[in-house]
Amino acid sequence: MNWITGTLGSSIGKKLLMAITGFSFCGFLAAHLAGNLTIYGGKDAFNGYAAHLHALGPLVTVAELGLLTFFLVHVIIGLILFLSNLKARPVRYAVNKSAGGRTLGSATMPYTGAILLAFIIFHLMNFHFVDKTDTTIFNIVSNAFSNTGYVAIYIVAMVAAAIHVSHGFWSAFQTIGANHPKYMPLIRTVSIAFAVVVGIGFGFLPIYIFLLA
Amino acid sequence: MTKTINLTLKVWRQQGPKDKGRFETYHAKNISTDMSFLEMLDVVNDQLTIDDKEPIAFDHDCREGICGMCGCVVNGRAHGAEKGTTLCQLHMRHFDNGDTIAIEPFRAMAFKAIKDLAVDRSALDKIIQAGGYVSVNTGGAQDANAILVPQEVADLAMDAAQCIGCGACVAACPNASAMLFTSAKVSQLALLPQGMPEAAKRALNMVRTMDELGFGNCTNERECEAECPKEISITNIARLNREYLNAGFFSRSI
Ligand code: HEM
Ligand code: SF4
Ligand code: FES
Repeated sequence: MNWITGTLGSSIGKKLLMAITGFSFCGFLAAHLAGNLTIYGGKDAFNGYAAHLHALGPLVTVAELGLLTFFLVHVIIGLILFLSNLKARPVRYAVNKSAGGRTLGSATMPYTGAILLAFIIFHLMNFHFVDKTDTTIFNIVSNAFSNTGYVAIYIVAMVAAAIHVSHGFWSAFQTIGANHPKYMPLIRTVSIAFAVVVGIGFGFLPIYIFLLA
Repeated sequence: MTKTINLTLKVWRQQGPKDKGRFETYHAKNISTDMSFLEMLDVVNDQLTIDDKEPIAFDHDCREGICGMCGCVVNGRAHGAEKGTTLCQLHMRHFDNGDTIAIEPFRAMAFKAIKDLAVDRSALDKIIQAGGYVSVNTGGAQDANAILVPQEVADLAMDAAQCIGCGACVAACPNASAMLFTSAKVSQLALLPQGMPEAAKRALNMVRTMDELGFGNCTNERECEAECPKEISITNIARLNREYLNAGFFSRSI
């Protein structure tokens, strides 16, 4: 066996890939949120941010392709891990109680992940793969969020994202072996704080635009 | 005065590996609260034998919490709900008169059912055989202080070495992963100078064997650490991840 596939193909190797891709999504979420906050600056600020971003041209395309690759890796390996973990316990327990280790986040990773997958496709169809001639991104966004159905879908998805990263963030540190008595408490706190920022930060935007429209 | 209690047991009965298995209900009467859980099962088995019925098969040996042979899932908790306790050290005073107790075997694909509550956990031995040892030269023993080990490091290694190989971590893990066990066995050697020469090969071989045996993948749920009778910490799992990734990417071993 080739040493690269041997190392990455093992249980720990697959987890490493989940951690690296997951970490970069966390970075992406932070950057995306920072950009989206320009909405509070008004229509022009937001359109200006979008224009600046697209002015980066090929850089944006490279970043998009990178994210897409990472996304496929995260989703496919996540699915492989989920299925192999189901197989590892063919007969389930009749009575099953937690000893207190699991959290809402850790127990629902594959499900919040599936919600995110569906949401990301929906999100890209709404705001990315749309005809942007004769309109601005602000108009597209405020049109969408004048619809309560859209607002509801986005809020549910952002709650799912918050729950996913509440476990994912610290878990990724543990996976790469970064568990240190001096830093782990901080990492766990930041994990929850980041989840709250993602949930409220993204989740409140659709509500704000709905109220504005 | 000894207090006695009456209990209703729902016990998993399974003729053998091929049998599907089912719960049977038994009544355990006049159980002294000073008894251990296994002694309570002994009482039930005495009655079953007198009634000319098949006694319940369950694993046990030392009955003092050091051999790692006992273990069942009691009301959904491996070794029962008491923290840091093996099933043989779980006392009946933790139950109330009239309680109903569900008793199931440890369940995982890598643990083959033998009979009733007894399961074959030799998969854990195979992980040890893959690298959980150090090679020692024969001949005269060297001076005890020849290799210096800081007390803190020795303590960490001893904490990891407390693992008795009971398999409760696998039983409690939502993914039936054996990472806590494997990480304890890798850590106790990797932490000490005597474990260095074989460190890379050990991490690679033990993890590979663990994967091949059909254990699940760790998703850091932390149920193992909460359930382990020896309170082995998941910081050992992080150490195993470091050892494995270092060995995979930076050592000369393949
Ligand atoms: C913005 C989107 C996402 C972010 C920020 C994110 C982040 C993360 C992080 C940081 C981890 C932890 C990795 C580890 O424990 O080492 C993780 C795990 C996981 N993710 Fe995601 N993820 C996202 C999207 C998705 C999607 C779309 C899916 C599924 C279709 C998914 C499924 C999973 C699963 C199943 C795990 C658990 C794997 C494991 O713990 O072994 N994620 N994610
Ligand atoms: S780590 Fe704990 S639960 Fe797992 S085998 Fe060792 S003693 Fe048992
Ligand atoms: S019988 Fe030895 S640990 Fe329980």
